Formats: sequence, C-alpha cells, structure tokens
Amino acid sequence: MDPDHTHSPPPSPFAARDCALISLATGLAAENLREFRDALLKVHEGSIYHHFWGRLLHARFDEPEYLNDFASWAYHALHEKALAERLSLIYPGDHPDLESLRHEVVEIVEQRLDESEQVPWAKADQLFYFVRARLVVFDTGIRVSEPRELAEVIPRLSTGSVYYHFIDARRRTSEGCDDFTAWICAHSPDCPGLRDKLAAIDPYFSSLKETRRRLGELFNAYYREGATR
Amino acid sequence: MTDLLDRYTEVAGRDVVEHLRQLAAPLSGARVVHVNSTREGGGVAEILRELVPLMQALDIKASWEVISGSPDFYECTKGFHNALQGITVTIPDALLQVYEETNRQNAEYLRPALEEADFVFIHDPQPAPLIAHIPDHAGPWIWRCHIDVRRPYRRVWRYLKRWVSQYDASIFSLPEYAQPLPHPQYLIPPSIDPLSEKNRDLPAEEVTAVRERFGLDPALPLILQVSRFDRFKDPLGVIQAYKLVKKLSPVQLVLAGGGASDDPEGEVVLNQVLQAAAGDPNIHVLLLPSDAHRTINALQRAADLVLQKSIREGFGLTVTEAMWKNKPVIGGDTGGIRLQVIDHYTGFLVRTPEGAALRIRYLLHQRDQLEQIGERAHRFVWENFLITRQLREYLTLMLGLRFGEADRIEVGV
Repeated sequence: MDPDHTHSPPPSPFAARDCALISLATGLAAENLREFRDALLKVHEGSIYHHFWGRLLHARFDEPEYLNDFASWAYHALHEKALAERLSLIYPGDHPDLESLRHEVVEIVEQRLDESEQVPWAKADQLFYFVRARLVVFDTGIRVSEPRELAEVIPRLSTGSVYYHFIDARRRTSEGCDDFTAWICAHSPDCPGLRDKLAAIDPYFSSLKETRRRLGELFNAYYREGATR
Repeated sequence: MTDLLDRYTEVAGRDVVEHLRQLAAPLSGARVVHVNSTREGGGVAEILRELVPLMQALDIKASWEVISGSPDFYECTKGFHNALQGITVTIPDALLQVYEETNRQNAEYLRPALEEADFVFIHDPQPAPLIAHIPDHAGPWIWRCHIDVRRPYRRVWRYLKRWVSQYDASIFSLPEYAQPLPHPQYLIPPSIDPLSEKNRDLPAEEVTAVRERFGLDPALPLILQVSRFDRFKDPLGVIQAYKLVKKLSPVQLVLAGGGASDDPEGEVVLNQVLQAAAGDPNIHVLLLPSDAHRTINALQRAADLVLQKSIREGFGLTVTEAMWKNKPVIGGDTGGIRLQVIDHYTGFLVRTPEGAALRIRYLLHQRDQLEQIGERAHRFVWENFLITRQLREYLTLMLGLRFGEADRIEVGV
C-alpha cells in the first residue's frame, strides 16, 4: 500500500449519486407457508431483490434479528424459528443471479414444508405481501477527483448514496462490484491495496449508517496511514 | 415560490429539496389536477392544501378541484367509506344513482380542466366515476385511496372497482390495502407538512393560552386524542382507558375533534361520547371548527402523551402530527398506525382499552422513557413522513407514467 502513488489524478471524477425507492404492490400475498412457496415461484425477481436488499433503505431502530424480510416473517408471523434461522443464513452475495437466489429460498421453504405435519399459518393481519420497488437516482453534485478525497467525502454522503454506490452497483455494473472499487481500480494504482479491504465490508450484515461508517474509516485509515508513513 | 422551497430546506434539509427540483425538472409546466370531495376537514384536504402549493413552487401547474353533492350523495359515500373498511353496508340503488348522477354533473363542470390535464389525481371513492365521463383526456389518471381497504365489503368494492379499473395507476398507503386491479399500484404513505399551522413550532405562551381557554389544569397530566367523532376512532374506548388510569393516577383527557362536511355520522358518535363523559370534569370534549389547526397544534404540544386508539385507520395523520411534536403515541394496532408507531420505540400499539390504560400509566410514571420515546418519534417522522417524501414519490410516479415503467429512473444526471 502506498498512497503516495496517487499523485496523478484519475482522468474522470467520481460522481456521487443519491437514490430513493418507491414501492409497488405485486398483487401477491401469502397467509401460510404453502402460499408463500407458490408466490415465491412466480413473483417478479425484483421483489426477491427488494426483500433482501431494499429493506436496508427502510427506517428501523435496531439491528434486525433476521436479515431479510422472508426470515422476519417466518419468525414473527409464522412463529417458525427454525425456518427463520435457515432463511436468515442465506447470503445473497453467494448467488450469481436472482433466479439462483430465488431457488435457494424455495428449497428451504419446501424442506420446511416436508418436515411440518401442519402447514404453518399466519394470523389474518400478518400476511406476507410481496412488494417490488423502483429506484430513482439523483445527482448530489459531489465530484471526487482523487481516491484519497473519499475519506473526507464518504461521511457526508446520505444512506441513499451508500445504497446506490455500494449495493445497487453490484447488480448494475458488468463487473458486479461496488462503484468505489470499480472507479479506484480503473483509475488509480491504489486498487490492489483497497480492493480486498472494500470487498471485506459486507453491507448485508449492517445498516447503511454502519456501512458508511466503516467505509469512511477504511479510506481514512488507508490514506492517513499512507500520509504519515 | 422560491421562498417556500427555502423554508422547506430549513426544515427537511437541502438534499431533500434538491431531489425534488431534480425530479420536477422534466415535469416543468405539466398540468396536474387533484380532485376530492371536501376542502375542509379530514386528512385528504389537509394534504392537498400543502401539496398543491409545493408542486406549484416546483414549476408544475397544479390545481385542486372539489366536487360537491347533496346530503344523499354524502350518505352514499359515507356508506362506501364504511364498507371499504369492512362493514357490511347495503347501499340502496337510489343512493347509487345519486352518486353516479352527482359525478356526471361535476364532470360537466370540471371537464375543461380534466380533459387537458397532463396528470389527474382522484382522491378516494367520492369522485371515482369522473373518469367515465371524461373519455377524451390527455394524460394518465391516478386513483389515490386514503382508506384502509384491507378487507373491504366485497359487494361494494365490486361496484367501485368498475370505476377504479379504468385508471392508469392507483396509490395505496400500505401493501395490505392493494387490490387486484389491472394497473400498477404504488404504495405511498401520506405525510404531514412541518410548516403548516398544524405542525409549526408555537410560542410557549400560545400553548399556555390554549390550556387556559379550555380550562385544562396545568398541574394534571394531559392525555389527548384528536380525531373526528367516528366509531372507527374508538373515542368510547379512549374514555374507558382514561377511567382505568384515573383509578390509580390523576389525569385529564381531551377528546378534540371536528366534523368533516362529508361525514353525516359524526353527530351520532359525538352524542355517545358526551353521554360517556357526562359528570366527569376532567374529560374535555372539544368540538373544534375544521380550521382550528393552530388550536390542535397547541393541544398536541400541551399533552403529555397522545392516543389514537383506532380500530381501523387508513394512515392516521394525527399520529404523525403528535410524533412530530415529540409525543409518544399509544395507537390502535391497525392500518397505518403500525407503520408509524414502532412498538416500544416511538410509542405503543394496543388492542384494548386495558392495553391503552396500561401504557398510559407506564409512560406517566416513567418520565425519562416518555421523553426518549418522544425524541425517537420526532426523528422517525423527520426521516419518513414529511410532505417532501410524499411529493418525491408522487413525482417519481408521474415520471414513471410519462417515461415508461423502467425499474430505475435517473434525474439530474
């Protein structure tokens, strides 16, 4: 790692965006585990993505016990702790595409249906509603010329910006990586030193505020340590 | 108009208003017409009163039209309202004919504006059939449902669906309310305006003056419910909860409400409330005019905590208002209240008068908890339920309808 090698500025600045979601009903809902499985098989893949990742943009107060909406529903509405645990252990980053992710969720649900003597039901007011979202992207006007500036810029970004550049980027870009890594590796010799560190930050397990804090600390440590060396 | 945006910048933040500018730029000059059935009373009128000027400040030619009808028309639409919230209601054919005829007459009056509009937002069932009378309209029509239609009375919904199906999109407050319809259904919770008379900061002297005006004891804890006198708001359950609390803790209750011009049942429920409150000097039933926004603001600020013990609730803007004023809310575990009252974080969700009494006693005896929950409630509203968020979602919907249904929309880029 040698941040001093970053003297030649990258040719195109990093344009910081912000984003927000607007939700749409899919028309699919489930009152029991069998209906849930059937809906999973046919729901738009954007809904699968939303229930794993979109939830991060929703307001919440505590770290969730279960990491996706499916697992939360299994626990809170069906009172199926074993199923909730299995669903919560699904890591979306392990899957090359959303169909593969959908397949794993269905497999786990079907396994639980096979094990159950009765189909687990939710109360009438605790159905699972499949939702999808449309993403609207804004320009923040913030431009970053050199990677070292990210240490100062990232703490000022909104959680929407963190979502857009660090989560949404993975399905938007051909490389399947976050925007910071893509930009640094395209323009800066800091790529080898930062790429693995950025990859080690997993946004799935944290709130967006926590991810922003860790990103800020990463860039801060990398460039401050380099500057004092 | 720029001044208006500056004032929202102060409250909601620079980024939030900048997002609105970016979203509105491709819609500059668009003619947008909102239609509902009352200019005073109720949450819909309050939202439109603030939303329309905000759209105008963003260079959108927004206007607000109100349809009018006879008492029979409002009796019919009140029946719709009850039926959509799950009550079995039989609406005579004669009233349905009044409903359809009233819409036909209003369509004639509104035809020029509705035909040339680039976007038409029709709020709730009252004006829903207008679309059938304006076949040659320029832009998309959106039906905005503000009601809890989780389990509508099917017969009435089937009747209304014949009109609603003709729209290009609909908006519901929660996913639970969405219905099988042949068009996109957006999920947009409503919001409050932090700059309105109802929600802006007030001087302490004004709060004190309102307390004195209604004979409220400044030394006695004050619990408050603000809502129409409507059976779904369960004002009788609130009185029952108050009486349970009063057995152990001194307290006073204010039930503040007004009528809406499209609600003929209010008087019946009000009389029941007055009977239940009779003889207790610490129950204050206040029938306020529909424009008493500042008075309600002061009462909410004077309260120690706020109740919204509804048994059905589309969204519950009074909950949002109270939370904005740092008040914990004890709300009915239903509808949009669940979206706002996060149990133990921004208040408590209850299902019975006993549950409400339990939480009232807890908060009145745990003042530090009361303050912490109130602070979290304020922050939660700031992040999620201000009018700027709702407008952002309306503008996104409009862009989606105008430029296609892609999964992502980029503006200002």
